[in-house]
Amino acid sequence: MTSMLNVRDLHAYYGQVQALYGLSFSLNEGSLTTLLGANGAGKTTTLRAICNMVRSTGAIEFDGAPLSGKSTESIVRLGIAHVPQGRGTFTTMTVEENLQLGAISRKDTAAIASDIERMYEHFPVLKERHTQQAGTLSGGEQQMLAVARALMLRPRLMLLDEPSFGLAPLVVRDLFKILGKINREDKVTILVVEQNAQLALELADQAYVIETGRIVMSGNASDIATNEDVRKSYLGY
Amino acid sequence: MSAAAEDAVTEAPAVEAVPKRALSLGTGVSLAILAAALVAPIFVKNFVAFQMTMVMIYGLAVLALNILTGGSGQFSLGQSAFYALGAYTTAVLMENVNMNYALTLPIAGLVSFGAGFLFGRPALRLSGIYLALATFALAVAMPQFLKLHFLEHWTGGVQGLVIIKPDAPFGLPISQDKWLYYFTLAITVAIYVGSINLLRSRSGRALMSIRDNEIAASAMGVDVALYKTLAFGVSAGITGIAGGLSAIVVAFVAPDSYTINLAIALFLGMVVGGVGWLPGSFVGAAFIIFVPNIAESVSKGLSGAVFGVLLFIVIFLVPHGARQVAIVAQQLIGKLRK
Amino acid sequence: MELFINQVLAGISTGAIYACMALAVVMIYQAIDHLNFAQGEMAMFSTFIAWQLMQWGVPYWWTFLLTLAISFAGGILIERLLFKPLAKAPVLTNVAGFIALFAIINSVAGLTWDFTIKEFPSPFGSSAFLGSRLISTHQAGMIGVTLLMLVGLYLFFQFTRIGLAMRAAAALPESARLVGINTSWMIALGWGMAAAIGAVAGILIAPVVFLEPNMMGGVLVYGFAAAVLGGLTSPLGAVIGGFLMGVVENLAGTYIPEVGNELKLPIALALIIVVLVFKPAGLFGRAIIKRV
Repeated sequence: MTSMLNVRDLHAYYGQVQALYGLSFSLNEGSLTTLLGANGAGKTTTLRAICNMVRSTGAIEFDGAPLSGKSTESIVRLGIAHVPQGRGTFTTMTVEENLQLGAISRKDTAAIASDIERMYEHFPVLKERHTQQAGTLSGGEQQMLAVARALMLRPRLMLLDEPSFGLAPLVVRDLFKILGKINREDKVTILVVEQNAQLALELADQAYVIETGRIVMSGNASDIATNEDVRKSYLGY
Repeated sequence: MSAAAEDAVTEAPAVEAVPKRALSLGTGVSLAILAAALVAPIFVKNFVAFQMTMVMIYGLAVLALNILTGGSGQFSLGQSAFYALGAYTTAVLMENVNMNYALTLPIAGLVSFGAGFLFGRPALRLSGIYLALATFALAVAMPQFLKLHFLEHWTGGVQGLVIIKPDAPFGLPISQDKWLYYFTLAITVAIYVGSINLLRSRSGRALMSIRDNEIAASAMGVDVALYKTLAFGVSAGITGIAGGLSAIVVAFVAPDSYTINLAIALFLGMVVGGVGWLPGSFVGAAFIIFVPNIAESVSKGLSGAVFGVLLFIVIFLVPHGARQVAIVAQQLIGKLRK
Repeated sequence: MELFINQVLAGISTGAIYACMALAVVMIYQAIDHLNFAQGEMAMFSTFIAWQLMQWGVPYWWTFLLTLAISFAGGILIERLLFKPLAKAPVLTNVAGFIALFAIINSVAGLTWDFTIKEFPSPFGSSAFLGSRLISTHQAGMIGVTLLMLVGLYLFFQFTRIGLAMRAAAALPESARLVGINTSWMIALGWGMAAAIGAVAGILIAPVVFLEPNMMGGVLVYGFAAAVLGGLTSPLGAVIGGFLMGVVENLAGTYIPEVGNELKLPIALALIIVVLVFKPAGLFGRAIIKRV
């Protein structure tokens, strides 16, 4: 397998405050990787650094080409979809408009229409509500919409920031099932940041654990899940 | 989407927000400025003393706006109306009732406070642009109101009122302008110190919690309606006192001195000084008094354009106003000490 | 009764002026989330450009198109040069920038074309419209053009991808970037469009109020007020708000004693405030529900 995303020696800063200290990791093409860690460990910052939404130094390469210096929107246009924390739903627009926005950088208008239909198959609830204002959806439905919106880009890499945040456990299970399906069937490489380590490790094949802005552990998700020490000291369950 | 989560990951602004403790300058710097302000009139001409007095008066009006905007997050384009109200209260009392000028100021403050409080009540339901429009209406209406016929007996109508400039008391051997300078300085210091203490008090914290997150503030038991209305009242009251002072110092009031342009100037003063940073009010006041004159001297025909360009230069260099300069200076001094 | 009907009609025809300006206001509000205080001055400047072109002998409709193009480019240029650097500055600093722009444009126009009033031709003529002395063909034409622009804008925002992208960029810039929208250019585009709409407004208004550097002062205030009344997010609301403003202003001037010309504006504004107290998002605006 070739590595699709390569992050080396990443440092990131919010104003004067440093959030990442020399983070390095890589994602294999087609993998489903999870980035675990406690609150404030730097998970969100890592995703934001990949999309150049926070000041950072170090090397980030996508398909061998450096991303540094590129604007957020041009990074997204390379096929990197980012579902931010809080979902970033366009609440005043309809569900369908949200999906169209996901594909706004694509030129193949005919395929967009069929992709929207495909999203409605993945997420039937969105079809029911397609003319409704997105702000009126429940938290779980909005998260579905956010994932669907990201998929509308036809991304090669999808970054998800705590998709389980604020959702009922059953809804989370559904969502993760869909993520697994997208990864397998649509061949989308996925990096998911989670606090819910148990679930994320069930889903993922690779895992990284980060603490105070550094990678402290990496390996197969199943190995990490079964490693008693790691679980106790870093994942807390 | 949850605003809290969004905020937590938003990139920090270019300049950190002023910590709530750092509303004022340090004690040392404050005393040095006060000392300089006390001796300055000895070395300058009467006209310069007059201009410095006007800086303090406008500074008070900008400070009042800062309490409203920087304190409670409300925005007003109607400050000129309260300024006018204070000025006319003082003028009418001095001319028609022969009241001592110093005694008119608390009344001017109270009248404006009352007006601000009453206006703040219905304005509660408005915020942002809507509040700006409502206060704008107030500013536009005030000069027309002062010109009304049936008030002419007191207000002097379009002509306005001429006031007799007071002399220094107890036969002190200084000019009227310099006496009024010290008189204004005393009031300015009192209001400035009072305002800083107000914002640092329990009420001040309540105000700022409203500014930062109104819904959360009300959930914590802050009486949002009362505090917002009070902020309007206090701001209007201080503006009224500034207006009263200006009537005494300029010795003249007329409706067209208090148009929307004054309100806009005060707003610019607040931005240039740094929103929410009280000492900046006086820097901003100096800007709105002196920069138009500078622009005029550069080019008569294009003075507006020159003013606009100068204003752009200032906001490009220091988008957070004078407080940004103060923060940078503080950091530099901190580095030098190390 | 006849007086009443006449005043309503007269109000509608002045209302068309406000409606026109309100459209431009809403346009830029959609794009940049601020009210641009210099918008009236930009429209005034565009109108002077049109006047100058006609002085040089350019035919009316060519002038119209050229002015639109120049204004569009000018709006983009202003944004790129003056407001893009302020993108990260606080909102109030941006407002100060609008005031500075106002001062610059007004002063430059005054020096270039001086402050004497100039006549400006109307393509619709100024004869009586359908036999009514209160609405001239020009005013009828103005109402028509305003409605056309409204329909055009509606179609643009609802049914084009770029319109959708502009709405997204204004509503949630960060999310918009995350779907690949170049938000910075969307803002510039918004400025360009607002400038062009402002130019149309100026060209339509100038035959009525005459051309001079301060011609837009009053009109812009009414335009703002109309936009706020209608709800800042709704172009339709802005147009209706504009007509309402015109009617209310005229009726207040006619029926309330002591009002006269000078207090018409404050009274109209006071009425708007009353409306806003009951409907804080304006008549047609979307209520914004905030979560903590």
